[in-house]
Amino acid sequence: MKHLLSAADLTHEEAVRILDTAAQMAATQEREIKKLPTLRGRTVVNLFFEDSTRTRISFETAAKRLSADVINFSAKGSSVSKGESLKDTALTLQAMGADAVVIRHQASGAPHTLATAGWTSGAVVNAGDGTHQHPTQALLDAFTLRRHLVGDRGRADATGRDLAGLHVAIVGDVLHSRVARSNVDLLHTLGARVTLVAPPTLVPVGVEAWPADVSYRLDDVIGDGRPDAIMMLRVQRERMSSAGGGFFPSPLEYSRGYGLDAARIAALPEHAIVLHPGPMNRGLEISADAADSDRAVIVEQVANGVAVRMAVLYLLMAGETTTRSDR
Amino acid sequence: MTTYLLREVSPLGEEPTDVLLSGGVIAAIGEDLEADDAIVVDGRGLVLLPGLVDLHTHLREPGREDAETIASGTRAAAMGGFTAVHAMANTTPTQDTAGVVEQVWRLGKQAGWADVYPVGAVTVGLEGDRLAELGAMAESAARVRVFSDDGKCVHDPVVMRRALEYVKAFDGVIAQHAQEPRLTEGAQMHEGVVSAELGLAGWPAVAEEAIIARDVLLAEHVGSRLHVCHLSTAGSVEIVRWAKSRGIDVTAEVTPHHLILTDELARGYDPRFKVNPPLRTQRDVEAVRAGLADGTIDIVATDHAPHPREDKDCEWAAAAFGMTGLETALSVVQETMVDTGRMTWADVARVLSTAPARIGRVEEHGRPIAVGEPANLTLVDPDVRRVITPEEQATKSVNSPFRGRELSGCVVATFLRGRATVLGGQSCDEDVVVTR
Repeated sequence: MKHLLSAADLTHEEAVRILDTAAQMAATQEREIKKLPTLRGRTVVNLFFEDSTRTRISFETAAKRLSADVINFSAKGSSVSKGESLKDTALTLQAMGADAVVIRHQASGAPHTLATAGWTSGAVVNAGDGTHQHPTQALLDAFTLRRHLVGDRGRADATGRDLAGLHVAIVGDVLHSRVARSNVDLLHTLGARVTLVAPPTLVPVGVEAWPADVSYRLDDVIGDGRPDAIMMLRVQRERMSSAGGGFFPSPLEYSRGYGLDAARIAALPEHAIVLHPGPMNRGLEISADAADSDRAVIVEQVANGVAVRMAVLYLLMAGETTTRSDR
Repeated sequence: MTTYLLREVSPLGEEPTDVLLSGGVIAAIGEDLEADDAIVVDGRGLVLLPGLVDLHTHLREPGREDAETIASGTRAAAMGGFTAVHAMANTTPTQDTAGVVEQVWRLGKQAGWADVYPVGAVTVGLEGDRLAELGAMAESAARVRVFSDDGKCVHDPVVMRRALEYVKAFDGVIAQHAQEPRLTEGAQMHEGVVSAELGLAGWPAVAEEAIIARDVLLAEHVGSRLHVCHLSTAGSVEIVRWAKSRGIDVTAEVTPHHLILTDELARGYDPRFKVNPPLRTQRDVEAVRAGLADGTIDIVATDHAPHPREDKDCEWAAAAFGMTGLETALSVVQETMVDTGRMTWADVARVLSTAPARIGRVEEHGRPIAVGEPANLTLVDPDVRRVITPEEQATKSVNSPFRGRELSGCVVATFLRGRATVLGGQSCDEDVVVTR
């Protein structure tokens, strides 16, 4: 595997392999000494053009647990803020000998450009680009789903298993969500059924080509769809005012129609779990009751994120596999 | 002045004949012509067209000479078979005064590769608020007849109405860049299946169609001429077709790239394919081809938009909109319209020469191939296929969407008032002279 740019690039076999590797990584994290020597002497650069403390720390932790050297590069206060282009930044990192570049960028496609323009020879990991993709988020979500819902509902070993037969509802701002795009691709690859739930203003034109159903009514999906998991998306308040788009009339109306609260939790099947990529807007897309309920696996997602990113870095820098984009 | 004898060329693709160019005009047409001092051009298998006229070129000078100059842009035009180009107004400073349009016009004369007809801005600084001095530009040495804020839409309906009314005084035309600005805020590509997948903000077809619909009604109301720039959607074709059936004085252009390329090309995030209006779907491509073939769309215009490497060698969102097109336009039209049997070479002459000259009120170009007419001519070899390479292009910029692609046909020679600007597929630098 050369790069991880999009969840859509992963084959079924590759996705399952990453999840299996992540499970092994997760097991090492329960030991007293969590650090592995696997990537000793290798350098990982976290190249963040967009603020994201939790994703950066997750990647940094993953790389350090594998004994890699980590360089954090934030666009704020750097040469980028002085007008340096992505190309020149990449060439600088290449000159410094980066073996892998973890890139977060506000522009959709920037990791693809970095990986294909010949500016760097290292592996490129997409840590979120614009409204396009966030593949490691989808992988950690899939990992979390598998842990809870596959293998006798989490009681038996799920190694080698996919998510066939599961129904996942993804709820909220699909239009602007790289998490939704990544999850639709990966969940479909792993055999799950996906229903996207959002007001029509937050569903992208062209969604009919996605391997997912679309509903405008959350209560119908919870009541009749019997989802095994419900994945709430963060609503970016700054996008929702009239000046920023006016995608719905008011936060209150959004919460009434699409917010997850205690009543909707109670209507879910008993085994269903609740995911959220964070950070949460409590009181908007998810109530405090729902966020803190025993169905919510949101904190666990964070821990799983480290294991999944360890697996990705390991497979990219030390493992042997290919993605579709290599062929 | 050199005399040229074009031996056995096919005017408009018809029966071969000899054509003699002398004294800046077509001196004779007929069998077995003789001229002792003439340079003889073997024209067997070659098609002779009236010199091509582009109604929509960005020459970038003044202001962005790093992207293109009037000299480099018109040399590229000559290489593409053009003898006249309309230079768009979005320069720095803007072509919104008589002084600037005269400067552009004079630089075109000095370069000598093709006649340059400046397009005047509709509004001061392209800001969309106040009408520019349209009359002064019309009465300047440049004799401006085409006005456009291209790159921006004249969005205010009152300003658009006033502009349409005002240019009637000098038989001008408003060339509208149809783009509803609120519906396209932040837009990066055509809104549809591909944009949804790529996470790039979508540019809906209706943002173009809504403005065209409004403008044809305004043009009808005030009885003026409207020209629709770079129409790109199936819906736009339908609206123009309806407007023409109603007798509204509207003309429309399509770019070569919208005749052949689709939004699927954005999948590689290669900024060469980022353009305004965006590449649309295959259905739209089929619709604009049909519209061009049946006359709904009057002309092909290049929207030649050169950019220096640094403006395209970056991530998609940061890249500039635009593609070069002067040197590949004729090949694309041949490939999509002639090779497919949709159009004849006479139709090509109409959409790439006669009609754009008529819309722009250019009298010296787009003329019939007849004795006594100005010798503004283009000689095409339709039987070759060539791979487009940046090294062989005369434009200063490298943002051709066809780089590395094989296209039909090539321009063998271009004559501007009887003087070869291109001969044997090469530009004739040493022959360049100041003509006025």
